[in-house]
Amino acid sequence: MKVREFLCKKRKIMQLEQILQYTFSGLSTGAIYALIGIGFSIIFNATGIINFAQGEFVMLGGMLTLFFLEVLKLPLWAAIPCAVAVSALAGLLFERLAIRPLRQPTPINLVIITIAGSILIRGLAMLLWGKDTHAIPPFTGDEPISIAGATILPQHIWILAITLLIIAVNKFFFFHTISGKAMRACSYNRRAAGLVGIDVRRMVLFSFVISSVLGSLAGIIVAPLTMTAYDVGIMLGLKGFCAAIIGGMSSGMATVVGGLILGVLESLGAGLISSGYKDAIAFIILLLILFIRPQGLFGKAESERV
Amino acid sequence: MKKLIAMCSVVCFGLLCAQAAKASGTVKIGGLFAVTGPAAFLGEPEKKTLEMLVNETNAKGGVNGIKLEAVIYDTGGDATKAVQLATKLIRDDKVAVIIGPSTTGESMAVIPVAEKEKIPLISCAAGIKITDPVKKWVFKTPANDHVAAEKILNHMAKQKQKTFALLTVTDGFGSSGREQIKTLAAQKGFKIVADEVYGPKDTDMTAQLTKIRGIKPDAIICWGTNPGPAVITKNVKQLGIKTPLYMSHGVASKKYIELAGADAAEGVMLPAGKLAVYTMLPQNDPQVKLLREYEQAYKKNFGVEASTFGGYAYDAFLLVAGALKKAGPNAEQIRNGIEQANKMVSISGVFTMSPKDHNGLNLSAFEMVRIVKGDWSLVK
Repeated sequence: MKVREFLCKKRKIMQLEQILQYTFSGLSTGAIYALIGIGFSIIFNATGIINFAQGEFVMLGGMLTLFFLEVLKLPLWAAIPCAVAVSALAGLLFERLAIRPLRQPTPINLVIITIAGSILIRGLAMLLWGKDTHAIPPFTGDEPISIAGATILPQHIWILAITLLIIAVNKFFFFHTISGKAMRACSYNRRAAGLVGIDVRRMVLFSFVISSVLGSLAGIIVAPLTMTAYDVGIMLGLKGFCAAIIGGMSSGMATVVGGLILGVLESLGAGLISSGYKDAIAFIILLLILFIRPQGLFGKAESERV
Repeated sequence: MKKLIAMCSVVCFGLLCAQAAKASGTVKIGGLFAVTGPAAFLGEPEKKTLEMLVNETNAKGGVNGIKLEAVIYDTGGDATKAVQLATKLIRDDKVAVIIGPSTTGESMAVIPVAEKEKIPLISCAAGIKITDPVKKWVFKTPANDHVAAEKILNHMAKQKQKTFALLTVTDGFGSSGREQIKTLAAQKGFKIVADEVYGPKDTDMTAQLTKIRGIKPDAIICWGTNPGPAVITKNVKQLGIKTPLYMSHGVASKKYIELAGADAAEGVMLPAGKLAVYTMLPQNDPQVKLLREYEQAYKKNFGVEASTFGGYAYDAFLLVAGALKKAGPNAEQIRNGIEQANKMVSISGVFTMSPKDHNGLNLSAFEMVRIVKGDWSLVK
């Protein structure tokens, strides 16, 4: 009898450990989804379109870091800002060359342009860097850290810390700087913002630059764990989009929570139900939210955005 | 009108060439390789290998005085294109034999054409469906997946490992491997305690592995091609799993060690084609000399290391050359000659074909290797 009790207890502890492990894995993937999701929302709020090229900036972040590391032989601390800067430039060019010249920018035209842009960026990356998958060294070592029976890597801590930092900076920018306030004004009412002297077109350009920076950062911090290739942007982009939808296209905490929920549910689903349904879970959530609460999980019908 | 004249002259020229070819005793070998597209990592070394071998053979005066000519087309990995190009090779270029295509999907699509036109086809793809059931005109050179699986299970039996967890990728390679491992495991009395899958683009498999860690199997077998297995190898290290990890022959390249990191890949075992480890093989191994020659010739010609995939085209070429020598230069004779290949030493293994076996490889095609300090080492 005692033996059975002991075994039962042991099994329970093991299950708890497993769930903790699923949660940790989920949180770190979720943080990446959140960063990408925020990128989606910022552009959506400034322009009213979904930028489907967002995933490609994630890819650019990883691949450019690799390029600076391997080809130009820069150290990691220098390669990362360079990669972010080049991605930001790519975002700027994308807005200038593909989005702005459009005469009658209906949302559907713009969305199709972003899809075309994503295919173009992916194709160029493939031609430049080939089709191979590449590994990037972790920022600080790869000795696993054990927390209450679950193990994580130092890179996971980097991911969570950098995500938190970015969210804080984001918040500061949008609520305490003139440019940030101007961008919020644009998202409430473009015409009114224009009338009070805000250069709406410049704000749109800004939104693309900020989103590409966020996307590339997500791509860089996740690359040491997941590796990178010219086509990693598609799936990550879609997952980020799911996170943004759950968060009701807000660029604040709602999307972050959306990303984390998505990551944890995916991980728990793969562990407790079946790993075959991992991606299905994300898209079922996406559909459910769109059907039942199109304003997002936390949103009021007319929510405060940006 | 101009178009018509141009077309006529092309046709005439073609006929003339065909005529000239016959007169001088040339045999045309068709090549269908996925030189571009997602399977380019297969098609490119295959094309280079075939070209290199044809040039070498002609420089030495051909096979029994018969000169060879390679007509190679790029399928881009597209089955529809492969069928069109196969028809073109047979009808317009009048090839006597076709080497390729590179992938299983393309091969399955081209098989009916080869069967109908009665032209021997030597596929460079691994799918078991290609030669099982046996088709009269169809051969293939890569070893079947179940040979690799059997190699792993035999090794596990030797280590007295009884239970294992299976982790396979949800693409053609993974699902075919999963089926075959399950059948073999049942035959050999192994117990599969976890049967998990992951998507080809998945970037984190800790969920599946945490589940496996909880079950505590004797071993883990992962079946996939890069980058998935590299992610899994990293995840196994992260989770502190000490269970022996087996990989498939799909990652038997240095790229896998590079992606996973030498540290995480330490101790991983997998069945590898002999090309990867020929320097470690005993000198009396019949393949050593040929493997060394191929590696050196490839490096000299193209400046990069030879790959197992190029080896598939090498095998096919040797089969054709052997058949030409023994049987004769027309399609029927080549087919019969290939089927009679007996203990033919080549890159992927030692081929012994028969009317019942159009692959001709056995367990000796693979060596079990263990990764030690970022390099292969033979498992004794």
